[in-house]
Amino acid sequence: MSKKSKMIDPDLACNAKGYAWNKFKQSWQLQLMLVLPLFYIILFHYGPMYGIQIAWRNYRARDGIWGSAWVGWKNFQDFFRYYKWKLLVKNTLAISFYQLLAGFPIPIILALFLHVSKHKVLVKITQNISYIPHFISTVVMVGILNQVFNPITGFYGYIMKFLRSHHIVKSTTYYDIRSSEGAFRHLYVWSGIWQAMGWGTILYIAALAAVSPELHEAATIDGASRWKRVLHIDIPTILPTISIMFILRSGHIMSVGYEKVYLMQNSLNINKSEVISTYVYKFGLAKNKLSYGTAIGLMNSAINSVMIITVNFIANKLSDGEAGLF
Amino acid sequence: MALFKKNPNKIKDTPGDRALQVFCTIIITILLLIVGYPVVYVISSSFSSAEAIQSGRVLFLPINPTLAGYKFVFNYKTVWIGYRNSLFYTVFGTIINMVLSILMAYPLSKSDLPLKGFYNKLIVVTMLFGAGMIPNFILKSKLGLVDTIWAILLSGAVSIHNTMIIRTSFKTSIPNELYEAAKIDGANDFRCLTSIAIPLSKATLSVITLYYAVAHWNQYFTAMIYLRNKNLFPLQIFLRTILTAGQSIEASSVSESMQQQLADGTQQIKYALIVISTVPVILLYFIVQKYFKKGVMVGSIKG
Repeated sequence: MSKKSKMIDPDLACNAKGYAWNKFKQSWQLQLMLVLPLFYIILFHYGPMYGIQIAWRNYRARDGIWGSAWVGWKNFQDFFRYYKWKLLVKNTLAISFYQLLAGFPIPIILALFLHVSKHKVLVKITQNISYIPHFISTVVMVGILNQVFNPITGFYGYIMKFLRSHHIVKSTTYYDIRSSEGAFRHLYVWSGIWQAMGWGTILYIAALAAVSPELHEAATIDGASRWKRVLHIDIPTILPTISIMFILRSGHIMSVGYEKVYLMQNSLNINKSEVISTYVYKFGLAKNKLSYGTAIGLMNSAINSVMIITVNFIANKLSDGEAGLF
Repeated sequence: MALFKKNPNKIKDTPGDRALQVFCTIIITILLLIVGYPVVYVISSSFSSAEAIQSGRVLFLPINPTLAGYKFVFNYKTVWIGYRNSLFYTVFGTIINMVLSILMAYPLSKSDLPLKGFYNKLIVVTMLFGAGMIPNFILKSKLGLVDTIWAILLSGAVSIHNTMIIRTSFKTSIPNELYEAAKIDGANDFRCLTSIAIPLSKATLSVITLYYAVAHWNQYFTAMIYLRNKNLFPLQIFLRTILTAGQSIEASSVSESMQQQLADGTQQIKYALIVISTVPVILLYFIVQKYFKKGVMVGSIKG
């Protein structure tokens, strides 16, 4: 920036204000285009930020935001007095980290396999089929889970019947995995991976395709095996993409996909499946404790923001500003 | 063999390389089975008879093929209301999305736009921090949007992420000379947008249209929060009552004979519903598919 400004003609620099104004006027059509979207962003993204103050008030709809009484940190304290708050945080983090650790590397590994394979027809078919689950809605996905894991009529029931008839499984009781506490996390995370892994490969495959073939040729002539080339050519090429994806994912560490959790919840698995966002919905919105819900939601988004900024900072540091998102 | 004839100097695969290839093929086949099998299972079940599903006999192909599940769904009025509403939200919601996103992406793709730094900061903040569910709800109820179609159409009308992808595409795929030539010929910025930028970014724009449309078709949570009137419900809300909340379909919307039918063939009807509600999205995906490689790649470029 400083270099550029030094090069500006001194006459113009004296009149910098007029110059900027002239440039602005020249771009009036572009500015006009921005009016509508910016109005939307200010109203619907910044507008709600004004309402955040009710986290420190006792909000009542008829008093309005300004009319409601200040209560200080009471709403925040209430959350930490709630006897299950540790459980909520623990469930949220457990699901999040499980999802990140299991779900993040799988598309990368699959993309490498798809890239290395010479079986182009098989690769093409697999790619196209593996994208399909991404388009299935959350509601339908949970519906499919309920159907497939039905202990009597589902595919799971069929497997169990088979195992029982061959005396591999001894117990004769029907175990309903859908309402089991222990199975909830696995069911949630792995059904998510099933939906996302194929779609997740697209970016990495596109990045892998951009590797210059000369690199591979040179390495082959020097006697590098395909495996060596994966390690020393393919993986380093997609490292920036991996880093960007990781930063984006880390910003959601406190926001588990509550839509799906909410649908998979039932009274039997609630101790493992209640996460912060479902709690905010159920107690804040549905039970109309708006201030309390806002306070919890605010802590949640604050942690998310800190996470994304930290990870981005680390990525920038490690790569000299190459791998960061902003 | 053909390869060998073409290039006799080609370095032959080592046993290690060949083993890697075999391993790849095995992994890819497993992936194909893991993803493909449940899809086949659901489709087959939707065409099977209720007894076959009830006794857990459907494994791969439909058993006692029948269209009974589909017939029931087609006669089920509530599903059609949902279908109609979802179609409406998807078409008009996507149009709003695309208009706003393009209007924002195009000026921001210009490197010499005055106030650009300010606009970028304004946008990045919204990516880093969201106010949360309840302040959003309060704002929308203050604006009188609750229980109207606008609550659905205007929720998330500008996805910052998608807009950034469009901006990058405008910036990287169109040479500046093209705009300059058009300007000399007397085109203004609006003309440049409609006659140059949009036609030349067709691939990216189709992919983004798909993203938006799928999001509209599949969303249920916004509708659950903002809508009370049953006539405005999208399909996903009805699906939710049928697919995830057991067999609790409201008695008022179903006649007695239908309820009986429903109880007899619930599983089969559920499978049919799953297929019917997902087909439009998959169709759209196959239409847009040819643009994927080009359009999706843009998203990975830092810009």
